[in-house]
Amino acid sequence: MLDIRQRTGWIFLGVMLAQILLVSAQVQTRSGVRVIEAVSFGAFAKVQGVTSSGVRGVRDLWSNYAELRGARDENQQLKQQLAELELRLQEQRALAARTTKLQELLALQQATPLPTIAAEVIGGNPNAMPGIREITIGRGTADGVQPGMAVMAPRGIVGRVVGQPAARAARVQLLIDRYAAAGAQTERSRAGGMVVGIERDPPLAMELVSNLQDVKPGDVVVTSGIDGIYPKGYAIGRVESAEPGRGLYLNIAIRPAVDFHSLEEVLVVLVPPRPAMTDEDKPAVTGAAK
Amino acid sequence: MKVAAVLAALGAALLFQTTIAGMSLEGGTLVNFVLVAVVYVALSFGPLAGLLAGAAGGLVQDAVSGGIVGIGGISKTLVGFLVGVVGAQFIVSQPAPRFVMFVGGTVLHELCFQSLYALVDGRAVHFAWTTMFTQAAVNGLIGILAFQIVEGAPGLVQRREARRATFGRRRF
Repeated sequence: MLDIRQRTGWIFLGVMLAQILLVSAQVQTRSGVRVIEAVSFGAFAKVQGVTSSGVRGVRDLWSNYAELRGARDENQQLKQQLAELELRLQEQRALAARTTKLQELLALQQATPLPTIAAEVIGGNPNAMPGIREITIGRGTADGVQPGMAVMAPRGIVGRVVGQPAARAARVQLLIDRYAAAGAQTERSRAGGMVVGIERDPPLAMELVSNLQDVKPGDVVVTSGIDGIYPKGYAIGRVESAEPGRGLYLNIAIRPAVDFHSLEEVLVVLVPPRPAMTDEDKPAVTGAAK
Repeated sequence: MKVAAVLAALGAALLFQTTIAGMSLEGGTLVNFVLVAVVYVALSFGPLAGLLAGAAGGLVQDAVSGGIVGIGGISKTLVGFLVGVVGAQFIVSQPAPRFVMFVGGTVLHELCFQSLYALVDGRAVHFAWTTMFTQAAVNGLIGILAFQIVEGAPGLVQRREARRATFGRRRF
């Protein structure tokens, strides 16, 4: 009966729509805006909103992508800067630590009445064997270094020059070497003996101390000077344990005062070793190298 | 010829309507000549003519009345289209069906017109049923009369001319 798809139907719809628009153009909403404006504005606003959200989405997507790229580059730059700063910080810390050590070394040099010369540790023993503990210092015969001279660090005795030094280098046998020894005594009770290097922990032991001597853990052990190499009164370490041995002597373990793993600067005592004391010189214990 | 007839009918209807409304406020509500013309055109020439006549007559009537232009147009377009569709589907050549079409068209027009006004004015819709049905009846009567006049006028003229000719040939 009523087929809106025919030409008359389309015309009817067109005429009705035109008149609806005409009415809308004359009627105002409660806010005073014409209905056609409100409707068209609302419809356009929806279209605009969809378009705007689409454009904004694409823009945000692009912006995020660009920012991510920028963030990645920035992240790499910051990581590089951080690595450089960490390296610089380590350099500064090392410099500060070295300065501190040099200050300590300088203080030791000034406090020591003996002639000394500062030397830089330039390497270890290239042919190290078990129990052999040697380092190489950057001073030699050109600086007055001779074999047998004592080497010290701010915290205590390090060792002695062994072998024939070169003009600008010398080998130093550390006190913890299994073939090294030094005359020593406890600071508190003045119990004398000989400190030798051993392959245990702690790496020093004090031998030839009578069972009758008063030695306790915590006692400070210093050089006695009877060996003719090490000047008297410099720290060797601290007693960690002191127990009666099977014979006449105590078994005394000593923790070294010097950290032998972080030696950088040392002092070489420019005093040639003198012959070790004889039995007549007393005390009974000799501290020369074994 | 058809377009001219439709335009003439609408023009005459508008003229009558404004004249009646100018003479009496009550008279303006008792009859709607423009609507009668639209229904007449729709019944005579079909839905397309009906909707176009309704749109044109309604818009002009709205413009003349000073109201919102388009509401009367929409109402009369709807009435013209539907009456034309119904008139094309059913036999409405007798006075009774035509009267029903005029009455139905008038009621539909009033319902649509009042509803649209209430809608765009934002007020509650209110139908004056007595006035509506009175106008529907008057419109129906006027429509039937219009059909009778238009359909009966050619025969009346022919009969008058034939009677004159008969009297002229007589020899007394």
